[in-house]
Parts: sequence; structure tokens; C-alpha cells
Amino acid sequence: MKLHGSPISTAAQRALVALYEKELEFDFVVVDMSKGEHKSESFLSLNPFGQVPAFEDGDLKLFESRAVTQYIAHAYADTGTKLICRNEKQMAVVSVWMEVEAQQFNAPSTALAWELFYNPMLGIVTDPKAVEENEAKLAKVLDVYEARLAKSKYIGCDCFTLADLHHLPILQILMTTPVKAAFESRPNVSRWASEILSRPAWKKVVALRG
Amino acid sequence: MVEIRGELREKGKSKLQTSLMAATGVKVYGPPLSTAVSRVLGCLLEKDVQFQLIPINLAKGEHKKPDFLKLQPFGQVPAFEDEGLSLFESRAICRYICEKYANGGNKGLYGTDFLSKASIEQWLEAEGQNFNPPSSALVFQLAFAPRMKLKQDEGVIKQNEEKLAKVLDVYEKRLGESRYLAGDEFSLVDLSHLPNAHYLVSATNRGEMFTARTNVGRWWGEISSRDSWKKVVEMQKSPPGA
Repeated sequence: MKLHGSPISTAAQRALVALYEKELEFDFVVVDMSKGEHKSESFLSLNPFGQVPAFEDGDLKLFESRAVTQYIAHAYADTGTKLICRNEKQMAVVSVWMEVEAQQFNAPSTALAWELFYNPMLGIVTDPKAVEENEAKLAKVLDVYEARLAKSKYIGCDCFTLADLHHLPILQILMTTPVKAAFESRPNVSRWASEILSRPAWKKVVALRG
Repeated sequence: MVEIRGELREKGKSKLQTSLMAATGVKVYGPPLSTAVSRVLGCLLEKDVQFQLIPINLAKGEHKKPDFLKLQPFGQVPAFEDEGLSLFESRAICRYICEKYANGGNKGLYGTDFLSKASIEQWLEAEGQNFNPPSSALVFQLAFAPRMKLKQDEGVIKQNEEKLAKVLDVYEKRLGESRYLAGDEFSLVDLSHLPNAHYLVSATNRGEMFTARTNVGRWWGEISSRDSWKKVVEMQKSPPGA
């Protein structure tokens, strides 16, 4: 098993944490994005969009971090942490909240991560309008999460699943910015965020990131 | 009723028959004109699943009322119910339909084996993460904003055209090697693209982005002429109730 990516890529981290949760043996092949390795012919044959991560398991090649995590969770269902539910109805609900992360949480939280974390590192001026707009969008999402987490221990069901895991990389970043107030001011969201961020598999990814 | 493999079934009825009988309980809430609603309708039609379409009047704000928010806490369409299970997010609903009604209609829609399913998941995520954002933005700016008498944002249009062009370049290469995106059979991946692509091709002057690319154009022609999609388009033209 091989994961091609960069330890600082949130998408690669998403796949990494799943591999660690499942306690799988794999090679982490570092792709040097500063040298444009992700746009090389050989990498494009693994991911035609020229994005990290890319994943290999025997002859199987996959891209898109959330497809990689789903593959791992199903193919190795009986190893390590169970990241899915066997019960069809429960899995359908987990699948809903996986889409919520991908379609509702991801865009505003990624935009905020860029404005408040990456751009300052790159010497790019923060756009206060973009921050305001995306904070408002994120607030609406977190209000829904607050209500959900009052009824459910984790976001998808009562156990830790991919629906929670997919949040980790961006969540980690946002908790180091002023946006952390949005999470900490909502008691159920705050409880959930602390719990999932303190999982050993995630701490391994953070250590790798440096 | 007898118990067969953990499920209650009417004696003598197969799992398929039981599923189809229960399928009359499937309810989709939302207007067919909504891209996300039409994604679910396309899937139900491909899988030959009976359903009831319950209109939701967006102009009257029905999607923000408490009763609807119980079904869909973000106040967006579609919402979906089947045998007491309440779901939302069109792609999650489609996955559920494909799993639950695996033996109905187009059996290969969500893959026939582990490998085909992995490929479908990968391209479904690509649709959701790479194709959907720029195409949705363009559909809103070019097809809906004028109808809703909202001001268009030229900057947003240009930015998203460039993003979509890059995605379609990747598709152009892929569709030169593969008949459909995930493989050689029509799948949930291709279906998932239909709603946004349909508006861009039929309701804006950016249809060329699809039709002028040889392989993408060929693919678009094939997927948009499927019976199931044609039925969805008919439903969009003459929505029930509302």
C-alpha cells in the first residue's frame, strides 16, 4: 500500500489518519509540491487532476482523499478502528453527514484556513470580507452540528466514523486561528471537536506534519 | 410475514418484490428544477424505484419552515424519506438508493464489484469536489440569476469558467480512454453530472464548454439522451403540484 502526498496537505492528512486508525502498513511517498512534482507525467497517471493524495493498493489506484478513506474503511473493515457501520440504515445516515462535511463544512472552513493560516505564512494579505462571509457560512453549519451533537455522540452515529474523521485536517488548522471561538462557544461542538482531535491516530498525523 | 435472513417478508415474495412493494413509501421533497433534487430523481428512475414527489415551494420559503427543517436541517432541497428513514444531501441519497435497491433497474449503477465501486467513489468525489463548485456557480450566475432578476458577478463567472475548463480538460483526456468517467458502463458518476451540465448546455451560452470538446461532447450526448434523464427533464418542464 502506498500513499503519495505531502504531510502538510490537508487532503493527504485525511487519508493518512484513516490509514493510522486502521493500523495498516503502508509507504508514505512524499510528493514535493514546491518542485511541481504533483504536475509531473508520472504523478498525473495516478491523479489526473494533479492533486494530492494518490493511493495504491496492489493494482488498485485511487485519488480523492474521501474515496481513499472509504476504500480503506470497507476493504479493511475488520482491522483497527471500525470507521463505518455494518447496518444499512445507520450507514446511510453516516453517509449523509459525510456529504455534509464535503458539501457544507469543507468550503467555508477551507476558505478560512487559507485566509487566516496559509496566506499569512505566504505573506498574502488577509481579506476581511472573505473572512466575514465564510465565518457567517461556517456559523450556520456549526449551528446544525450543535443540534445534531445534542442527539448523537459523534456526527454520523454513536461511534467514531469517517464522517468525523474527514473533518480533522481543517479542524486542526482552524483551532489555531481566531475561528476556534466558533467551535468553543458551542458546547456540543466543542466537546466533539476536542474528542476527535485528541485521538492517537490524529496525533500521529500532527507529529508527522511537524 | 416470515423472517428470511433477518428481514420480515411476505411469504413467497422475493427480496426484490418486497423492496419494490415498500418502494411506494419513497418520498422526495423538492422542486424538480433544483439540480440536487433532479440528481435524486435521475437515480430513482435509473433504478426503477417508485416514488412520490412532494413539491416544496422555494419562492414561498417552504424549505425554511420548521416542519421541513426537521427533515433537512440546512433548509435545502431535497429531503428524502424511505420506510421511516430520513435522509438528505443528494449524493448520500443516491448512494442509499443504489445500495437498498441494488437489484432494481440499472444493476451496475453503483458498480458490480469492489474495484468498479472504488473507481465510482473516486469519480463521485471528483464530481463533488472539482466539477460541482465551478459548474454550480456558473449555473447560478448564468441560468438562475437572470430569471431571479439578481445581478451577475462577472468576476465570479470568469473565475469559475477557468476552473471548469481545467476540469473538463481532465475529463476530455479521461473520456478518450474510457467510455464513461468511472469505466465502460454508465454509472452514478455520470448521472451526478447531469443536473449542472444540463443547465449549462440548455440554459446558458456556455454549452460549448461541453460540446466543443470531442470526447466530452460525445459523452454528454450519450448520458443526456438516457430515458431516465429525459424523464427528469420532462418533470422539470411540468412539475407536479406547486
